[in-house]
Amino acid sequence: MFQGLFGRRKSKDELKERLKLVLSYDRAKISPANMDALKRELVTVIKKYFPSDDGDLDVKVEQQGDRVVLMANLPVPRG
Amino acid sequence: MNARAIVVTSGKGGVGKTTTTANVGAALARLGEKVCVVDTDVGLRNLDVVMGLEGRVVYDLIDVFEGRCKLRQAIIRDKRVDTLHLLATSQTRDKSALSESRMKDAVRALLEEEGFDRVLIDSPAGIESGFQTAASAATGALVVVNPEVSSVRDADRIIGLLEAREIPEVRLIVNRLRPEMVKRGDMLEVSDVLDILGVKLIGIVPEDERILISTNVGNPASLDEGPKVAAGAAFRDIAKRIRGDDVAYPSYDQPSGFLASLRRLFGAN
Repeated sequence: MFQGLFGRRKSKDELKERLKLVLSYDRAKISPANMDALKRELVTVIKKYFPSDDGDLDVKVEQQGDRVVLMANLPVPRG
Repeated sequence: MNARAIVVTSGKGGVGKTTTTANVGAALARLGEKVCVVDTDVGLRNLDVVMGLEGRVVYDLIDVFEGRCKLRQAIIRDKRVDTLHLLATSQTRDKSALSESRMKDAVRALLEEEGFDRVLIDSPAGIESGFQTAASAATGALVVVNPEVSSVRDADRIIGLLEAREIPEVRLIVNRLRPEMVKRGDMLEVSDVLDILGVKLIGIVPEDERILISTNVGNPASLDEGPKVAAGAAFRDIAKRIRGDDVAYPSYDQPSGFLASLRRLFGAN
């Protein structure tokens, strides 16, 4: 707790987060830049079917047990 | 580990593959196994100097592959432990003689004809043909990783390639751990590395300058009995675990000595 209040953030925690992210991209064999492109294209497609969607779309690769999965989280607009 | 042919690999260079091969090989031999350590880093031969056997290399692995000598003539017996043997590699740049089928034949001959209990294959760095050739003859792997960003990323890549080869026993050695940095939160803990890489642990080796000193004189630290070289003891524990013993991990998280106490007193962490 005092670490959080007074100390800096542990550098190893930041490293662990960065490694987990970069390794999920490495394992999925997709670069973060290509992931952005995929996300933009997905938004275009989704907007075609849900015209009011404002592109609040979250796309990422994630490690689930032994598998790497592509996660797309898209809230469907009401009404 | 059931595997009798074990590749020592890491992806990244300079993390301690050759040191690990020499020390674990020497420790296994001390425990009574007939061991052959094989250098496959063609053009960048080093296992011979790390083991202090450079003066005795006459023939090497490439000479065997190209038919200039028999396999038995290229095997060098260690001076200190008579069950320890080295098969050196060539210092020439020509790697064309290296092939997976020749490597498999040589390792099979070591195990079946020359009577070795265990063959440790020191892989070159990288993920190219040199690594692939070294891995081709193995049924087990020791992946050496340092708790830092590029080594962990490269280890992940190597583990993927070992899994693609369907090597049944892949084990992790966390090498050059610095307990005082872990304590400060500036170095990944072993549990973090295991969490990220998802393979079984077989050893933790603390950073220890005496490893460099023993390498300087070509005497693997694991051959020095007693706990005075912590890393040497860690390599001996790895050898015991390879043989199936359940060896507890010592705690490295309490730096001892006067300076460390002073540092703790003055809150350097």
